[in-house]
Amino acid sequence: MTRQPCLAAAVALSLAAPALAETAPKEVHFDAGKVADSLTGVPGDPANGVKVMTTNALGNCVACHTIAALPEVQFPGTIAPALDGAADRWTEAELRGIVSNAKMTFEGSFMPAFYKTEGYIRPGDGFTGKAPEGELPPILTAQQVEDVVAYLLTLKE
Amino acid sequence: LALAGVAFADPVDDKLVIEAEDETIELVTTAPAPAFLQETLDTIYSGWHYREDETRDLERDDFDNPGMVYVDRGLDLWNSAIGKGGESCAGCHEGPESMAGLRAVTPRVDEKTGKLMTVENYIDACVTERMGLESWKWTGDEMKDMLALISMQSRGMAVNVAIDGAAAPFWEKGKEIYYTRFGQLEMSCANCHEDNQGKMIRADHLSQGQINGFPTYRLKDAGILSAQQRFVGCVRDTRAETFKPNSDEFKALELYVASRGNGLSVEGVSVRH
Ligand code: HEC
Ligand code: HEC
Ligand code: HEC
Repeated sequence: MTRQPCLAAAVALSLAAPALAETAPKEVHFDAGKVADSLTGVPGDPANGVKVMTTNALGNCVACHTIAALPEVQFPGTIAPALDGAADRWTEAELRGIVSNAKMTFEGSFMPAFYKTEGYIRPGDGFTGKAPEGELPPILTAQQVEDVVAYLLTLKE
Repeated sequence: LALAGVAFADPVDDKLVIEAEDETIELVTTAPAPAFLQETLDTIYSGWHYREDETRDLERDDFDNPGMVYVDRGLDLWNSAIGKGGESCAGCHEGPESMAGLRAVTPRVDEKTGKLMTVENYIDACVTERMGLESWKWTGDEMKDMLALISMQSRGMAVNVAIDGAAAPFWEKGKEIYYTRFGQLEMSCANCHEDNQGKMIRADHLSQGQINGFPTYRLKDAGILSAQQRFVGCVRDTRAETFKPNSDEFKALELYVASRGNGLSVEGVSVRH
């Protein structure tokens, strides 16, 4: 029994510590909106991408976008274009750019920048309404962005 | 399917006629946009038009409106000798009808002090300066019960807050806040309530974010909410550090948002979900 807490701690640590190859939010290179290189070097997991996109506190993409391929999502929003066929319209690099910071592709977009940590006016600590205590993390981790991109790449018509 | 979505997205075409205890009141819930907004909007709508049938129905009869309980509590408080020297609101002001019209023109700049005054600021001045009490909590029960009672006295009157003269600098400040994209989601009030009103943000039908209906009874909170309390919730939802109720920022914003509803009826205590 004594070994179990140690194991749990080790797992937690490996989850929290960024992978070596990870690109930090400030270092992401946008080329006309596109981000060519993977942020982590680890292939994205489309199933986890779906989870990120439909979880309120994470991507919550369905607050604004409908996705016909996900009929189990109740009450998707009607603010933004449907994401079906996204992979026919955009390349992987373009999608990575849109998810990381859509404002680089669509000027002044209503869509939040999910992999960015600066340039905000009165940012809060998540949804607490309070000021953040330490450095502001991006809304999604680098791997979550990759997972979302991996799922978007499956959306072909 | 797409067509049904579009139809659902419009504010519902309906009329709000309220059965009150001894009268029937028809409220103005749509009106031509005030002049300063006419390049952006043709028509202004009360948030009532964006709610489901059942929620709209609750506001048609005071007997069904859960907010009336708070108005009754406010009336008890009004008549109570709660002051340090036994003063009551009624002792100085007689019936609450003496407050008719106030909610329709506030926030406004007080002529004597030059300060921007909400209904709550007026209440606070009497509670502290004329009754010798500690300030009531800004969003506590006493303050909101009294706000509900006082707002009801203006039900049916057209919102008509001044935006020029002494009010102008406050109004400009509120306008700037309205269009600022706050928080980690970088969203302004206008992004949701001007650019996307009528659309669905997940399951929520976005209204114009008008405050003519405030205070409101919110079914989700099973309680009464002031306009600035609603602002707190909306700003928090942008992953931002919010402003506090009664901050200079939210008072200015309340004036600006109220002015976007000039012409709509004060609803007294509305019902929202
Ligand atoms: C608050 C609203 C909002 C949220 C949340 C949001 N988006 Fe968007 N998104 C938009 C809007 C609006 C556009 C259209 C571009 C524009 O005009 O700014 C857009 C465009 C896009 C596009 C390009 C659309 C096309 O042509 O196919 C993709 C891809 C996309 N979003 C993916 C996502 C993903 C993935 C998430 C979540 C991680 C997300 N969006 C969250 C509002 C949103
Ligand atoms: C992320 C989107 C979003 C932003 C940004 C936002 N709101 Fe809201 N707001 C909502 C939603 C959703 C509701 C509930 C549905 C409705 O009434 O529109 C709401 C409701 C309201 C209401 C209640 C309307 C009624 O009649 O019950 C007011 C008032 C309001 N907002 C004002 C504001 C103000 C002022 C700001 C800026 C400080 C703001 N909102 C920013 C999403 C937003
Ligand atoms: C001792 C007398 C006194 C008591 C007690 C008193 N008030 Fe007042 N109240 C006044 C006076 C005097 C004014 C006008 C101040 C002015 O014009 O500057 C006023 C103004 C107001 C106003 C602004 C009205 C307007 O049209 O400008 C409100 C609202 C108000 N009182 C509410 C209350 C409430 C609620 C209570 C009880 C909790 C209360 N008052 C108790 C004397 C009193």
